[in-house]
Amino acid sequence: MKRLYPILSIVTVALLGYALYQALVIAPTDALQGDVYRIIYYHVPSAWTAFLLFFINFVASVRYLAGSKASTEMAVKWIAIFIGVVGFIAPFLPPVRAKIPAGMEPSAVATTIVLIPVFYFLVGKWFPGDKLDVLALTSAEVGVVFCTIVLVTGPLWARPVWGIWWAPGDIRLTSTLVMWLIYVSYLVLRRFSNSAQTQMLAAALAVFGALDVPLVYLSIWFFRTQHPQPVIGGGGQMDPRMLHVLLFSWMAFLLFGFLVCWSRFRLELLKREVEQAHAMESLVGAEASSNTSLPLSRSAR
Amino acid sequence: MSSFWEVLSATLVKDIRLEWRSKDALNAMLFFSLLVVVIFVFSFDPLAEESRHIVGGLVWVAFLFAAVVALNQTWARELRNQVLDAYRVSPAPANALFMAKSVGNFLFVSVLEALMTPLFIVFYNLHVLGPAWQLVPLALLGTWALVVNGTFFAAMSVRTRSREIMLPLLLFPISIPAVLGMVAGTTAVLTGENSAHFYIVLLLTYDVVFTTASLALFGTILHAE
Repeated sequence: MKRLYPILSIVTVALLGYALYQALVIAPTDALQGDVYRIIYYHVPSAWTAFLLFFINFVASVRYLAGSKASTEMAVKWIAIFIGVVGFIAPFLPPVRAKIPAGMEPSAVATTIVLIPVFYFLVGKWFPGDKLDVLALTSAEVGVVFCTIVLVTGPLWARPVWGIWWAPGDIRLTSTLVMWLIYVSYLVLRRFSNSAQTQMLAAALAVFGALDVPLVYLSIWFFRTQHPQPVIGGGGQMDPRMLHVLLFSWMAFLLFGFLVCWSRFRLELLKREVEQAHAMESLVGAEASSNTSLPLSRSAR
Repeated sequence: MSSFWEVLSATLVKDIRLEWRSKDALNAMLFFSLLVVVIFVFSFDPLAEESRHIVGGLVWVAFLFAAVVALNQTWARELRNQVLDAYRVSPAPANALFMAKSVGNFLFVSVLEALMTPLFIVFYNLHVLGPAWQLVPLALLGTWALVVNGTFFAAMSVRTRSREIMLPLLLFPISIPAVLGMVAGTTAVLTGENSAHFYIVLLLTYDVVFTTASLALFGTILHAE
């Protein structure tokens, strides 16, 4: 695994470089906006990566909360299975099918929903115990960074195209901003909380934050959106050459996000091991610790 | 079930009695929101026409800030003499405690709103153009939305360093949809330009979602080690 890291870093840098070249040179110029639109190749992939990371944070937090009691774990497990089964069947039923926006296939919606419980179980399997909490922290931190990129590049593009930096009350802008605020408050809580209870409190806050996002979206339903329609499933048409560059760019960003998460994850694990070792040391006492080395684990040495 | 209601009523009556004797939270909230009203009057000085559009926002910002004063006290009071630890080791249902605290805060903030609303009317020369009765469900649902989340996050922030500042940092981002609903709904009623039904339904949804979430997670928060 450790040898994979430098290889992946080199691949990521190459991909990011090539994505930039594609975005600036190969992608055709937009007929209406000119070259300004090219910021989309940074804006949209960052947004997708940020939303994905926030989703990972939510799943990890739910899983962490569920793991606190056996009965809860059972209940949440069955709820996840229920969501998977219903989500797989529902999009094919005629009344639900009529509500799916044009441009989205019911099979695609069904697959996406089925992936949620699958993801839930995989996360629980790959990240046992406290690693779930580290995963939640990592994804929230990196997600906030990507979300910041979205919130900075958005106004940079909006100023020349819309004539304003920010459209107050716009559904997409406001919900992204509120999401950013929620996850910043999540990080602030983690910073300010006492060590022992932080993980449970933070997981509860993450669940509250995730519940809040659809309500934010609902609360600004009345406002018209100025934001361009979603690239995929929004019914809008995008030049296939542009879409190709966009998806390539997203791949590079995903890999970059994964790499940052990975290093942050390992760093946090090491930090906790060191903290535990210090705690052990003070428990054992100065006399014993002067003779023996710190009980650090293999990965920390 | 009976023990649930017994714990709830006992805690609620105790909180109300404490508040009745000391009037700490209520006095602080009242004076605080009075200051906010006065400062707003000085800084805006609007005409009656304009004030209808902005006063919805001012009212709720004042109540939101004032509610934080009461919410901060709600659990801090239980830290003295290790009352909170006693709760945690007792077999009393955690949700009864949570509901008692929420209902208590709801009553305090409602009293505050009832006392402050006439002041807003006087200072801003308000004259409601829409159906005024809709302000009642808006106020009740909006207050519950603030208080139920506030009580939950106060229980959270009481466990952190610098807990006084922590509560608004946690509460405000989550409360944005509710505040938006309250402000937009109140403005809709005051100006009579559009219907407030949507916002009442929105607040109801918000209340149901977060009351359920709080009840589901409060036990975990209280017993977190």
